[in-house]
Amino acid sequence: MRRLWIGLTYLVFFVLIAAPLGRMTMGAFSEGWSGFWNALTRPEALHALLMTGYVVVVVTLLNTLFGIMTALYLVRANWLGRRLKSLLNSIVDLPYAVSPVIGGLMIVLLLGPDSALGALFEQIGVKIVYAFPGMVIATLFVTFPLMVREVMPVLQEIGSQQEEAASTLGAYGWTTFWKVTWPSIRWAVIYGVILTVARSLGEFGAVLVVSGNIMNRTQTATTLVYQDVENFNVTAAGGIALVLAAFSAGLLLLMEWSKRRKGGH
Amino acid sequence: MHVEVRGLDKHFGDFHAVKDVHFGITKGHLIGLLGPSGGGKTSILRMLAGLETPDSGEIIFHGRAVNHLPPQEREIGFVFQNYALFKHMTVFENIAFGLKVKKASKSVIRDRVTELVELTGLKGFESRYPHQLSGGQRQRVAFARALAPEPQLLLLDEPFAAIDAKIRQELRSWLRELIERVGITSIFVTHDQDEAIEVADEIMIINQGRLEQKGTPWDIYKEPKTPFVATFIGESTLIGSASELKGFEGAGGGKPTKALIRPEYIEVGHLHEFKIASATEQGVVKHLHFRGSEWLVEVEINGHKLVTYRSLEKETLTPGQEISVLVHRAYLFNEERSWIQENGLKKDPMPVFI
Amino acid sequence: MNSLIRHKGWTWGFRSTVVLYFVILIVLPILGVYYNSFSSGLGSFTESVSDPIAWKSVLLTLKLAVIAAITNVLLGTMIAWVLIRYKFRGRALLNSLVDLPFALPTAVGGLMILLLLGPGSLIGGLAESLGFTIVFHQPAIVIAMVFVTFPFVIRAVQPLLEELDASEEEAAYTMGAKPSRVFFQVILPSMAPGMIGGGMLAFSRALAEFGAVVLVAGNIPGRTLVSSVYIFGEVESDNPAGAAAVSIILLTLSFLILWLISLMQMRGRRS
Repeated sequence: MRRLWIGLTYLVFFVLIAAPLGRMTMGAFSEGWSGFWNALTRPEALHALLMTGYVVVVVTLLNTLFGIMTALYLVRANWLGRRLKSLLNSIVDLPYAVSPVIGGLMIVLLLGPDSALGALFEQIGVKIVYAFPGMVIATLFVTFPLMVREVMPVLQEIGSQQEEAASTLGAYGWTTFWKVTWPSIRWAVIYGVILTVARSLGEFGAVLVVSGNIMNRTQTATTLVYQDVENFNVTAAGGIALVLAAFSAGLLLLMEWSKRRKGGH
Repeated sequence: MHVEVRGLDKHFGDFHAVKDVHFGITKGHLIGLLGPSGGGKTSILRMLAGLETPDSGEIIFHGRAVNHLPPQEREIGFVFQNYALFKHMTVFENIAFGLKVKKASKSVIRDRVTELVELTGLKGFESRYPHQLSGGQRQRVAFARALAPEPQLLLLDEPFAAIDAKIRQELRSWLRELIERVGITSIFVTHDQDEAIEVADEIMIINQGRLEQKGTPWDIYKEPKTPFVATFIGESTLIGSASELKGFEGAGGGKPTKALIRPEYIEVGHLHEFKIASATEQGVVKHLHFRGSEWLVEVEINGHKLVTYRSLEKETLTPGQEISVLVHRAYLFNEERSWIQENGLKKDPMPVFI
Repeated sequence: MNSLIRHKGWTWGFRSTVVLYFVILIVLPILGVYYNSFSSGLGSFTESVSDPIAWKSVLLTLKLAVIAAITNVLLGTMIAWVLIRYKFRGRALLNSLVDLPFALPTAVGGLMILLLLGPGSLIGGLAESLGFTIVFHQPAIVIAMVFVTFPFVIRAVQPLLEELDASEEEAAYTMGAKPSRVFFQVILPSMAPGMIGGGMLAFSRALAEFGAVVLVAGNIPGRTLVSSVYIFGEVESDNPAGAAAVSIILLTLSFLILWLISLMQMRGRRS
């Protein structure tokens, strides 16, 4: 029995994860090293990777900052009524339920060139949809719950007494946060950052809709993979995908590591 | 620091936690806030600290209203029930925190922390982390940390609740001494009457958000002002109708009046042991419990069960034995008032008419 | 009291920034979609939805997501069981690999499946010689959905199995119960909340999946065109109203599931 179950488990992992991964690696190198290298050093590929990098950096910064603040408010603030707090708390999860394509569509509807807001921005010369800001907003929408959901349970667990103790000892908000709260939530934040990087690196649906996938302008690594596949350029797609997969695997290792630290601290 | 509180009121949603509380505290006194859990003691303490904002009322330190001041500026020390030590800081860093925040110089910090470490008997533990300490040691760190910035008022929320019964006893007398030596005005919250009676100069009894009585432990014990205080402090038995007791006929002037009777108000024995036999009543011994240093006796008179203690030196009683019972005094109360009344027959000797 | 967020002048600035961020980023866009699809009346909404391509795509998505979720409940429960109950070589590795589909960009996942099962590949060729194709047909979509939602059930069941007290099982054995009986009456009931919760999460994620699916589905209306791809197509062909109409069906469904899950969790916590 035991053997059968373990064997079956290995089989599932092989079929679902190892084989596709291996096949993609083979695909990327089907034209040898040079094929792989050429796929990566195409100008549009370099630009797409750069674009993904920019989005990841901006989104991670914003999401970390606002995620921590939102978590702090949702757990600690008593200027929000209890009902309002529980309502906001359930809204945090909404992006999980929203298909990325729909997330992208929302932003096009709200800020697209045909919308009132979009027209307004266009007039001051800021293009949002089919441009970098739109891609950042779309990715922010998708990654919003990640940081909040990592930090909130830790804040709830440590309680507010240590912070209150600090305030009775004369420490104001800023000192209290850095000296008392931050050391406790540090590992949760790091874990949240890794999750955010992974998610924004791989975001596809929302960015595809919002960016318009314009080559050398708004194309990201994932949307380039899509375009390559549409153009039947499987080798090139495989090359980019392999780079992305390598990043993801690295992030997965980091996740395992920070999970251990988070649990152990 | 002289503390005065006027008309303090606080709601949490629909819950009326603190109702129109007034009191004043003399400088240097140690005050116990005593009452059942959920009665509003902790809310009062947290409002004094500035951790909660009162709905209305004034808090006055040294003649100055501090309602608008945040906790940082009230010059208080607060010891939390679970100590709330900074768990990622060592004992030294914990105690030094308040001084560092005030930007005290390194040498001042070192001297003050060393002094407090010695005062609290934590020498040798300076570089330990809270999770490496026992409950009692954590408690001492919490004291030292609260005292480090030299506060004017020390507030303690159930300071001994999380400590083993045995060490608790030790810590109580230690705290009493420490506070006397430092000479700081202190208020502590507790639900344990022994703790309050033993440690406090003055006790405030808080129930359902109201201040029921304030006074020295002896005053409160001797002259409870409300039925709640009478039942809460000491042991007592409640008798539904006071006039059914011998010597209390007509108590309350015909109004339905209840009586609370403490064990030490009652004397039991053979008829010949009493000076005024006419004030006694016949009862039956129901149960006897050995309490280490005395007997706890349950007697029944007129269908009422009363509890009293009896010295081991006296003749041992047996259950079912008939016995004379004298109720020396009772705490009586009805809807209008409450008072202590002595047994009428005892004080009213017959020979007056001769 | 929040002594933390109390720094006089900053307070209002911080508060309003966070609330605004929240409203603009999350609330406004979602309301926007609902508003947009009903803005020109209920008529245009029903018109958009009654387009056979549209409603067929919704039905197809539901059907395939159900199949994918059930597959995952079965596979996931088995894997969770094996990873918790048996000690064997490579267990730790497999346990970390479980999260890979979360970490991997979905488009990469789609490409991997495309390459593995596509017409030129070994497996694809084998299937073709047997007379059916996988890629660009419904099986490929299901596989993509299973891949993307792979970790949900495993991660939901694992902690329950870990918590399960061995003495409960042993007690059943001492009372003479057969292994199969113990499994169905002791172990399965304690895994059930994780299986249901994880399965619902997997289902809602499968409903929403786009990246992996768009690469392997043939996007043939009525047969392999799922809703998210349909929505994308409508956006591309400049028909946001049609896209919004199908979107709100999908959205409402997802919200319903999210709500059910949180309801379940609340009940679970209470008991």
